[in-house]
Amino acid sequence: MIEIDGITKRYDGNTVVNNVSMTIEPRTVTVIVGTSGSGKTTLLRMINRLVEPTSGAIRLDGEDNRSMPGFELRRRIGYAIQGHGLFPHRTVAQNIATVPVLLGWGKARIDAKVTELLTLFQLDPAAFSARFPHELSGGQQQRVGVARALAAEPNVLLMDEPFGALDPIIRAKAQADLLAIQRLLGTTIVLVTHDMDEAFHLAHKIAVMDKGALVQYGRPAELVKDPATEFVQTLIGTSERPFRLLSIETAGDAVEPGPAGGKPLAETISQRDALSELLWAGRSALPVAAADGTILGRVTLEGLTRRAAKPQ
Amino acid sequence: MSIRFDKLGVVIALLIAYAVLAAPFATFRANRIVPGDANGILDALPAGAGMLLLGLMACAALIVLLKTPTGLRLVAAAGGLAAIAVFIGMAATFLTPPSNSYARVSPASGFWILLFSFALLAADSITRLRPLPLVRVLLLAITLGGAAVVLMSGLWDGLSILKEYSGRADVFWLEAGRHVTLALGSLFASVLVGLPLGILCHRVAPLRAGLLNTLNLIQTIPSIALFGILIAPLGWIAVNVPGAAAIGIRGIGAAPAFVALFLYSLLPVVANTVVGLAGVPREANEAARGIGMTDRQRLFGIEFPLAMPVILTGIRIVLVQNIGLATIAALIGGGGFGVFVFQGIGQTAMDLVLLGAAPTVVLAFAAAIVLDALIEMNAPQRERSRAA
Repeated sequence: MIEIDGITKRYDGNTVVNNVSMTIEPRTVTVIVGTSGSGKTTLLRMINRLVEPTSGAIRLDGEDNRSMPGFELRRRIGYAIQGHGLFPHRTVAQNIATVPVLLGWGKARIDAKVTELLTLFQLDPAAFSARFPHELSGGQQQRVGVARALAAEPNVLLMDEPFGALDPIIRAKAQADLLAIQRLLGTTIVLVTHDMDEAFHLAHKIAVMDKGALVQYGRPAELVKDPATEFVQTLIGTSERPFRLLSIETAGDAVEPGPAGGKPLAETISQRDALSELLWAGRSALPVAAADGTILGRVTLEGLTRRAAKPQ
Repeated sequence: MSIRFDKLGVVIALLIAYAVLAAPFATFRANRIVPGDANGILDALPAGAGMLLLGLMACAALIVLLKTPTGLRLVAAAGGLAAIAVFIGMAATFLTPPSNSYARVSPASGFWILLFSFALLAADSITRLRPLPLVRVLLLAITLGGAAVVLMSGLWDGLSILKEYSGRADVFWLEAGRHVTLALGSLFASVLVGLPLGILCHRVAPLRAGLLNTLNLIQTIPSIALFGILIAPLGWIAVNVPGAAAIGIRGIGAAPAFVALFLYSLLPVVANTVVGLAGVPREANEAARGIGMTDRQRLFGIEFPLAMPVILTGIRIVLVQNIGLATIAALIGGGGFGVFVFQGIGQTAMDLVLLGAAPTVVLAFAAAIVLDALIEMNAPQRERSRAA
């Protein structure tokens, strides 16, 4: 659990983050959104003390984050940034091993961890360990960057626009991978982005920052239903509201009993994508299948329409 | 089959043709200071040898002129260099009257143009072959070894420069030692001081402009003026600081030369350290901090390795610059090859000037090649694998 308590940051009289308080539940994905200059990155960087707050406190599992030197704190918190930030003169394996080496792990344990993470991120350890970052594609570099952030098994992972430099196809894959890994490891993720689609796709809870203040913090559906300010409304986009709702949950969550013809949909795709498939296929219902191919039921145009309507 | 010309080859072939046909190959003088008679290749060499050299040069020019394999061009360059090295020695023996120790034979413009042409050809071929750094150092070693063999064989003993040397052999090596000590010592000192200064400039932005401008200013002071400026403070130190005079600190001599070279060296070292550190990718630095590296770990683990090629480039500039500048030290009694240069100018004996200048050039050239190789070996993987 991360408790942010009345945190404020001023630079030369400029208030960048203004009295923000919020509690981030463990094992969830929290996405901080806002326009550039809204203070979202500064807020994130105060959690691992890359930026020291002017006032206020941040507690990790009840412990003040100033109770140890900054560099020790940062070794216990994963950190991934846009453009991956890999060290160009070190191999993939050396990059991933950075924090374990700093922590003084034994060689065998480090090697095992590197192999485990590479496998987890679908990079063949034999082929990739000895490569240098510039020999990888953008998506692979980004995965290695996240693997490095997770190497010391941190409870908390901070991500600053981690997918900002990726093209849309690779970005979607990276987001799906991140969700899968978060579910597997149970890491608490705090992610900063200005991409609302990304926020709705990933977040358990969304925090909206505007001019240094936290204007709304809640579940994605709450933001769509009851935007706290005009700014939140604009950010979500009035015409996007039904689709935002549909993009929160998966097709599996919308399954109804009953038969349907046509090519089955994967249960993991979003309801928004399911709706799109229905419209494109020109059908009012399509079957939904689990990963192993068993048919779970169907999604219907009518059911999805109901889910996209303004919550009562 | 159409005949195709090599662009640079045309220039080199024209140079060779001019050097062989129009320019004098060796100069004969009755003694070391009178003006001499210039001799073309056919006059400077015994008849057969002259024709042979002409033939060899014609072959080389032909290889150079046409588009030929790079390996063959390199062989032509090496062969050309070896040929003129051997024949200039022969010319010296041929032109000097028997048992006349006053007469001087020195290479004339034709020889120097040929030397330049073949050196250019060699450099061009080596660049085209793109050998690994170690191979380049090896080529340098072979060339220097070859020159050493020629020197020791006595082939050049008839040449004026070696006649000047033979009278001063002891002093020559003494001054060589001083020259290298001055150049390398001041380099070492400037790296020792300049690296921390560069790091400081990088970390403390307000310091940067001030310090770099000061070093820039020092760089613009003419060396002789700097020597003059240093006489007073160093003289004061020699008198007032116990032990200073004992280790050789005086207003004139090696101490001010050392200090001046050191001051000139600081700008390239500090500036390149600053530029190198500034060139470290922002994200890498940011990530290093974000995952918990301390400032020291970041400096030695990330910033230094990534900035090393640029810093080494600065050190290379300093080394080559210092080897050249150390010549000036002789003006204030600091020793080095400059001693021969200034003596030679004083006596209007150009051979003596050459005795000081030639080893300086060879030394600077060798230092540049070795450090270039070192820089390339230290370059990030990125560039190395791209070059491969």
